[in-house]
Amino acid sequence: MPHLENTVLCRESQVSTLQSLFGERHHFSFPSIFIYGHTASGKTYVTQTLLKTLELPHVFVNCVECFTLRLLLEQILNKLNHLSSSEGEYSTQITCETFNDFVRLFKQITKAESLKDQTVYIVLDKAEYLRDMEAYLLPGFLRLQELTDRNVTVIFLSEIVWEKFRPNTGCFEPFVLYFPDYSIGNLQKILSHDHPPEYSADFYAAYINILLGVFYTVCRDLKELRHLAVLNFPKYCEPVVKGEASERDTRKLWRNIEPHLKKAMQTVYLREISSSQWEKLQKDDTDPGQLKGLSAYTHVELPYYSKFILIAAYLASYNPARTDKRFFLKHHGKIKKTNFLKKHEKITSLVTLQLLTLVGHDDQLDGPKYKCTVSLDFIRAIARTVNFDIIKYLYDFL
Amino acid sequence: MKSETERLQEELNKNLFDSLIEFLQKSHSGFQKNSRDWGCQIKLREIPTAALVLGVNVTDHDLTFRSLTEVLQNNVTPYVVSLQAKDCPDMKHFLQKLASQLMDCNVDVQSKEKESVQVTQKKIHYSMDSLSTWYMSVTQKTDVKMPRKKRTPPSQWQSPPVVLILKDMESFTTKVLQDFIIISSQHLHEFPLILIFGIATSPVVVHRMLPHAVSSLLCIELFQSLSCKEHLTTVLDKLLLTTQFPFKLSEKVLQVLTNIFLYHDFSIQNFIKGLQLSLLEHFYSQPLSVLCCNLPEAKRRINFLSDNQCENIRRLPSFRRYVEKQASEKQVALLTNERFLKEETQSLLENLHVYHTNYFLVLRCLHQFTSSLPKYPLGRQIRELYCTCLEKNIRDSEEYASALQLLRMLAKDELMAMLQKCFKVFKSSSEKQLGNTAKRIEEFLAQFQSLDAEAKEEEEDTSESQSKGLQKTDLYHLQKSLLEMKELRRASKRQTKFEVLREQLVSFIDSLAREYLLLPETQPLHEVLYFSAAHTLRQHLNAAPRIALHTALNNPYYYLKNEALRSEEGCIPNVAPDICIAYKLHLECSRLINLVDWSEAFATVVTAAEKMDANSVTSEERNEIIQYPLKSVLQCPSIYFSSLFSLHFPVRTFRAFQRGDINQSRKHLDSSSFIIVLIIRNQKIKSCKRYIQ
Repeated sequence: MPHLENTVLCRESQVSTLQSLFGERHHFSFPSIFIYGHTASGKTYVTQTLLKTLELPHVFVNCVECFTLRLLLEQILNKLNHLSSSEGEYSTQITCETFNDFVRLFKQITKAESLKDQTVYIVLDKAEYLRDMEAYLLPGFLRLQELTDRNVTVIFLSEIVWEKFRPNTGCFEPFVLYFPDYSIGNLQKILSHDHPPEYSADFYAAYINILLGVFYTVCRDLKELRHLAVLNFPKYCEPVVKGEASERDTRKLWRNIEPHLKKAMQTVYLREISSSQWEKLQKDDTDPGQLKGLSAYTHVELPYYSKFILIAAYLASYNPARTDKRFFLKHHGKIKKTNFLKKHEKITSLVTLQLLTLVGHDDQLDGPKYKCTVSLDFIRAIARTVNFDIIKYLYDFL
Repeated sequence: MKSETERLQEELNKNLFDSLIEFLQKSHSGFQKNSRDWGCQIKLREIPTAALVLGVNVTDHDLTFRSLTEVLQNNVTPYVVSLQAKDCPDMKHFLQKLASQLMDCNVDVQSKEKESVQVTQKKIHYSMDSLSTWYMSVTQKTDVKMPRKKRTPPSQWQSPPVVLILKDMESFTTKVLQDFIIISSQHLHEFPLILIFGIATSPVVVHRMLPHAVSSLLCIELFQSLSCKEHLTTVLDKLLLTTQFPFKLSEKVLQVLTNIFLYHDFSIQNFIKGLQLSLLEHFYSQPLSVLCCNLPEAKRRINFLSDNQCENIRRLPSFRRYVEKQASEKQVALLTNERFLKEETQSLLENLHVYHTNYFLVLRCLHQFTSSLPKYPLGRQIRELYCTCLEKNIRDSEEYASALQLLRMLAKDELMAMLQKCFKVFKSSSEKQLGNTAKRIEEFLAQFQSLDAEAKEEEEDTSESQSKGLQKTDLYHLQKSLLEMKELRRASKRQTKFEVLREQLVSFIDSLAREYLLLPETQPLHEVLYFSAAHTLRQHLNAAPRIALHTALNNPYYYLKNEALRSEEGCIPNVAPDICIAYKLHLECSRLINLVDWSEAFATVVTAAEKMDANSVTSEERNEIIQYPLKSVLQCPSIYFSSLFSLHFPVRTFRAFQRGDINQSRKHLDSSSFIIVLIIRNQKIKSCKRYIQ
């Protein structure tokens, strides 16, 4: 499998395990395989490329998309149907409401010539969503082979360990396969793999080396790193394009790119500014400081009375009730009772703004209780605008 | 006339919104291009997203979004969908709404040819898959049709993007949002989606709601709309601080409106409504408001004034004051001769117009001078200055004095900048009346500039002398020369040209204010243009709904003006609306009420009204009547309404009522002989409301 080795890097052992599990086309495989590992550790990619290159009949379904049982089952069946029927002719949509129907229909479909005598694979990506669906679904999928009496293997892909899946009624245990995180060497190798054709592989590898040096401490997500690599590469090449440095002049290139990458870490990585904005910045060569990130706009304008309601809510949320007397008797009348004509409306609008949240049960009809969810900094800023010294009234600051 | 002014006003509002939309559109068109680029780089898989920070005035957002949708539909893509959080409690509803709206968009474009297909499609469970296949089919179809149809130019793209507006991003459930973003990012290459988040608070909320894994799927760009305070300033500037519209507000009215705005809701929409209300009220209550229109029209109308209206003019307090100041012959003429009166009115109106022109120019000018002073003695916004000017003679106020004091201490470059701005203000107005002033300001500017040059020369002089002085090595001489220099400087300080000039400038400003910023009340005929009934306005805008309802129920005559309803105290007219009768009966019992008694009493009153024999009424009918009060209370639509009755029922009874099972509930009442507690007008409001809904 030389082709496979070229496309799937640093996952040799997992690939060989899977291959041996799959066996020959007509062999019965393990009824269910559970693959887990961190984000971007190649679970989906490895499974997909493996199944594709081996040309095994398979169905790939993402469970996020199928938020109801019906959608999930129908999608699997339709895709299977598509596989089994010859090219071109599009058979009618299958409707399937229950798992029972599913088993029946599944049997029907796999009778087809093209699917006979070989293992059919059903891959359920983001399998953690299965836990929120009907309780019988997961055990059902786990022993699908037994239920349908067909040569079928269900592969679950998840970021969560199997122990958290296990239903308390007990179930058939799948084969569990762990994908460990990529090491820095692995990352280097994978990232260097997709170098642009204009530049030599060494040049790109050097760039990746610098990139990892900056970002590895904060981010090990391969997807994210790849994204960052693509984004910042033009900047790295700039001296070369301009003719100021040769491709081998690593030191100079490093000096050019390093501060830039650090800036990127503070902005793009945190999605403070979008990648398109970042690219524009690179083109114009302006200072990113001018472009304010999302978090820079924390200021919220509120009507005058709403501010007071919010302050009062904050005090009520964070001071113990027994201290009320102490605060408000001493500074008697400091908080004037303003005529809140539209008090109720305002509270609801504050709730919709997520500054207050409803606590307590939904069914509590009279006197709903709210809690103030804003931060201290926020409330201080609000209090300052209405000349109210909130620190004086807070129990924690006494 | 009324409608004319209103229309003008509406147009202006539209202008305002248009400018806002233009800004949005601009940002979006750029954005669109970006999204096209992104489309090519599929591997990055980011959904282009616009975070639209709109401020907390949620009531205004609807309009903004509506116009935004319109603009987008006209210029960018036919597929614009806007969703509200309350429509999408979960993924299923979310997609269903999205799909149905999308298909509707499409139907509009394709002249509703497939309505029958629509109906069947609505039953299907939507998934992103079906959506994208639908999208593919539609775009392919339109591609074929394109050459025949001649659509708007920007939508000639092969695949117009689908714009999804989430109106209130804060209230969406995080899970739904996250899932949706994950799903749609997977389908992005076949379903080009653009998200627009409407954010009321601050953009940080995006981070708070979405974990990094999800937000990394978005390519967010931020757009900040005008803050509502700025918006208010523009509205005021365009509507009130201009001679274009003759209608003006008095200080108190303006205060009421701005207070409602600043203290309560921050809603421009409401502000404009208040403005419109005051406009209406003015035209309704002031008979001479016919003259409240532009000057030539007003002059024309004066010629057609009836005797009665002339009499009205004579009765105006400001006009009377004016007459008293005139010579006696003229007084007589004014009071007796209609034609003379009309001519005089014309000239007075003209004066008033000129007064306003000057007034606003000088006001703006003064604002330029005072708006950047430390501590803002006259306010930061021009509306504050305007309010003070309307309230009392500005020159009498302490703030004005302190502002002038501060002006006397300003440095030259600051003054220069202010003067420049002022000059621009005068230049921008086409009016000739204050050309003189503009010239004066120009002169001041020139003088300051020449001062600059002179100062430089002087500086050179001093530095020369300094260098001379320093050449001497003798310590004694050095000291002496230094002392000399110091004295020289002090002397010059006492009377630099700059200070003299500054003094002149300040007194010039003062004279301007004295001359032009007079109180509107001092102007004759000001009543024609100024609306001053702040009290009515407050009553209308800051209404207390509960009191209004109480009045309506207790004394229906107050609102209905039906003679039959006029009643003496303590008696219940049987012709009154049923709900009034029920209410009045329930008022008669102070704290506790027996529901059965109440119903019976109601039935008695009503049957008496219809002058029916008790016998002739069948028992069924009577039953119906008896049950009416409870039914009516339980079905009343408004929370305030039900709160007036504030009933506390056993839940079983309520449920029975809700089911419409009157007999059942009556059985509950009878068999267990509940005494229904009625806590009048205070508690259990919400519980009532909840049950009723």
